Amino acid sequence: MAPIVKTVDVTKIYQMGVEEVHALRGVSLEIREGEYVSIMGPSGSGKSTLFNMVGALDSPTAGEVFVAGRRLKDLTSGQLAWIRCHNIGYIFQSFNLIPTMTALENVAIARIFSGRAPREARRDAAGALEQVGLAHRLDHTPSELSGGQQQRVAIARAIVNRPAIILADEPTGNLDLHTGQEIIALLSAMKKDLGITVITATHDTKMLSASDTVVWIKDGGIDRVADRSEVRIDVGTIDGQTVA
Amino acid sequence: MAQTDGQAWNRGEQIPEQTPVSWGIAFGVSWGSLKRRLFRSLITMSGVVLAIAFLTYMLVTDSIARALVTANVDRLNLLLQRAGVDIFAAAGTDRRMLLLIGLSLFTCLVGIVNAMLMSVTERVKEIGTMKCLGALDSFVLKTYFIEAALQGIIGTALGIGIGVLVGFVVSLNAFHGYVVQFFPWGGACKAMVIALLIGSVISIVAAIAPAQWAARKQPVEAMRAEG
Repeated sequence: MAPIVKTVDVTKIYQMGVEEVHALRGVSLEIREGEYVSIMGPSGSGKSTLFNMVGALDSPTAGEVFVAGRRLKDLTSGQLAWIRCHNIGYIFQSFNLIPTMTALENVAIARIFSGRAPREARRDAAGALEQVGLAHRLDHTPSELSGGQQQRVAIARAIVNRPAIILADEPTGNLDLHTGQEIIALLSAMKKDLGITVITATHDTKMLSASDTVVWIKDGGIDRVADRSEVRIDVGTIDGQTVA
Repeated sequence: MAQTDGQAWNRGEQIPEQTPVSWGIAFGVSWGSLKRRLFRSLITMSGVVLAIAFLTYMLVTDSIARALVTANVDRLNLLLQRAGVDIFAAAGTDRRMLLLIGLSLFTCLVGIVNAMLMSVTERVKEIGTMKCLGALDSFVLKTYFIEAALQGIIGTALGIGIGVLVGFVVSLNAFHGYVVQFFPWGGACKAMVIALLIGSVISIVAAIAPAQWAARKQPVEAMRAEG
């Protein structure tokens, strides 16, 4: 099957004053549809840069990024916005809910961007919130919700347009261990039940057990790619314990 | 295979352009944002209220003074002279007052621009997030423009009300019942229309730059760690 996301020799150079910072040095990566992929690496490894490329949020200095066979470079900004809206659901470390909107409005706005009328958008948003177990919190603003609940709202917002891909940037980074595991379980369920490809950037080894593939990034390049069976062994050796 | 809404996704069709969001929906988003940041919005608005109230006050008291001078009643002329109105020139607004009004309006313009630019800086991550959700530049432009313009126009309306009221009370205090007797309805209406026009123009001009600046923010800003 053709990969849903593909990068070919992606290079990213940031200009910091007179100095050039090579964030990525020719990364080629393929992600298959329906996979749960974790991009691992310490901060400064280029992990976030690669993640942003894959998510159509940033463009490479050299090389190509393909999403569902489309070369992102060939698309207009309106087409990129369409892809971000309809095909990719974004989840952030700090949840990124709009503080002045209720849970329902936060989800509904994503639906409105996809061209739905407000009434229909609110109905679909309520459905998505029910799916993440927040049917009783529709009218709460983010400040009235716990971190775990806010991340659930963010997941509802990410799935309301039924995307093919969910991109999660350190989704458990601001959550305690238990809540983090609940969020990972929810993401795994989205993969299993809806067939969504989940791509996360993380340095949280708890994320590994849910992953089909783990990509380790080091110094702007791919250090190692491991599949599920190898990952299980790694967790044991890294953590000294198996995390469910 | 994922069941997606993106119909063109799996079929190798041309990716469509994202559909813009209507002004009506943008208005709803801006209004909600203003309402829930009420205190903040009121502070931004207060600059406009003060400047426009000052302008309206000057225009209204001038109009009343002119009307009273034209009335040419002996006892009233005495009151006018005591109040320092030049009854022979019959023109209350001097150059210094015009300069003051101009300065206060300019300060008000700079105030709105400053407050809105800060508001954009504070909400860079929010704008980035909206763009990740599929917002176009035009949506961000519309919401920030409406937000700034609304603050300006509501502030203008409040400023006009306060200016007329204060102008009337101050004149009443100086010239007593003559103000009611010779109240310049036409002149007061003219003053209000002038203040409304000036206030609206300033609000809209001040809204343009911050809205454009907001619209240019990139979706990747959503990933910023701080804020």
